[in-house]
Amino acid sequence: MKHVKVLNSKTNLKKTVKKGGCGECQASCQSACKTSCTVANQKCEK
Amino acid sequence: MIHKYSQNGYNIVLDTPSGAVMTVSNCAYDILDYIQPTLEEKCPDEIIKKLSPKYSVEEVIDAYEELYILYTKDLLFSEDSYWDLATALGPAPVKSLCLNVAHDCNLKCAYCFASQGDFGQEKCLMSLETAKAAIDFLIKNSGTRKNLEVDFFGGEPLLNFELVKGTVEYARKIEKDCSKNFRFTLTTNGVLLTEDIIKYINTEMSNIVLSIDGRKHINDRMRYFANGKGCYDLILPKYKALVTERGDKEYYVRGTYTRFNLDFADDVIHLFNEGFTQISIEPAVTKELYNYSIRESDLPNIFSEYEKLAKLIIDIKNRGEAINFFHFMLDLEEGPCAFKRLRGCSCGNEYLAITPEGDIYPCHQFIGMDEWLMGNVVKKQFDTEIKEKLSSVNVYSKSECSDCWAKFYCSGGCNANNYLCRGDVLLPHKITCEIEKKRIECALMIKAALSKDN
Repeated sequence: MKHVKVLNSKTNLKKTVKKGGCGECQASCQSACKTSCTVANQKCEK
Repeated sequence: MIHKYSQNGYNIVLDTPSGAVMTVSNCAYDILDYIQPTLEEKCPDEIIKKLSPKYSVEEVIDAYEELYILYTKDLLFSEDSYWDLATALGPAPVKSLCLNVAHDCNLKCAYCFASQGDFGQEKCLMSLETAKAAIDFLIKNSGTRKNLEVDFFGGEPLLNFELVKGTVEYARKIEKDCSKNFRFTLTTNGVLLTEDIIKYINTEMSNIVLSIDGRKHINDRMRYFANGKGCYDLILPKYKALVTERGDKEYYVRGTYTRFNLDFADDVIHLFNEGFTQISIEPAVTKELYNYSIRESDLPNIFSEYEKLAKLIIDIKNRGEAINFFHFMLDLEEGPCAFKRLRGCSCGNEYLAITPEGDIYPCHQFIGMDEWLMGNVVKKQFDTEIKEKLSSVNVYSKSECSDCWAKFYCSGGCNANNYLCRGDVLLPHKITCEIEKKRIECALMIKAALSKDN
């Protein structure tokens, strides 16, 4: 495409509804005081 | 729902429900101002008329066609179909504990949310009996979850290092029989690190957070001993030794920026120049009560600083060097699933904090607030009323989040911060939101800049 380039064309968040939700990934803490784990940078355990 | 913005020469479009991120031409970027679903297959004459002075008719039609293709693939203006999923969310097994092993600290940092380590209570160290009861409690309430996390926190956890060792030993001894896998982390101010402790940490801790604010004069202004002396010169060599020995295992050097150092990109680069590649510098987000508190009027400066930092990181990566700034880290391909993104903060549900006395709170930030006390691990009391309430908190139950483009990246923010700043876990703190949105925009721009296609 000339006008649009998709950076993550292999994925669609909606598809993760069907196979996700195992709950094994790290519990996330959004608190600024901890830097333990925020959501966006988290890894999927599957 | 889409979000579009221009930064550093890139026109970036995010389709929130699908998570699709794209860079677009100026023409396609302008077309997006005039279209809303449902899209027609043929470019409407009205759009051609509006944009033809700026672009050729052929260019407008071509750009529209490409946008239309993405629309038909459900990657642009895709439907927000998560409401039912969010409504159905309920309590989950407990899988993570913050063990406050020491309500005491050997530093007297000016901005400490824990009132210089004791959380406004008596100074106290956790006993091994209490820590074992906490591990037993975690296993008992973890259901079928295999991976369990324990974060040694405080105060300063190294004030109670023998307890840390005893807790790890106990958990390791029973984890196989219980079909569990423990992951330990520890957050320290570095003062008590020794060669032996470093060796232990690098063996047992899956992640370690090393507190330091950046440049010496910035760090020492806020992080100092009771006699007023800053800790920078003491901790820096210890952190270097730890990280050098740590190899590929995860760590973060982590600092706080305040309105005294809104030029915090210099602190990130300072830490990078000192040899650290895993860096987190976060804002002191509090009510605007203190001279160091970030105010709404600081936001334009903060936004510029994040943009500056993003460009510096692109330069570093383009030189082939490694650097990870915690809040610019995004995995666009294999990130967390939609379930995870609906309620980012796990507090009170999957994640709990335990005080030295064994009291259970939703997280470390709620400690000492009677209305959030959930029980006690030693007394084997666990009232699940608060757990049920917090498990239903998600980006759709927070009305200000439900129509926000960033909802699947910040996932509703920190419930404790919401409660402390606005008196309700459902009401997000505006300054925190604005900063988070800026960081996400920068993170996506970095992805665009480092993409081979661009």
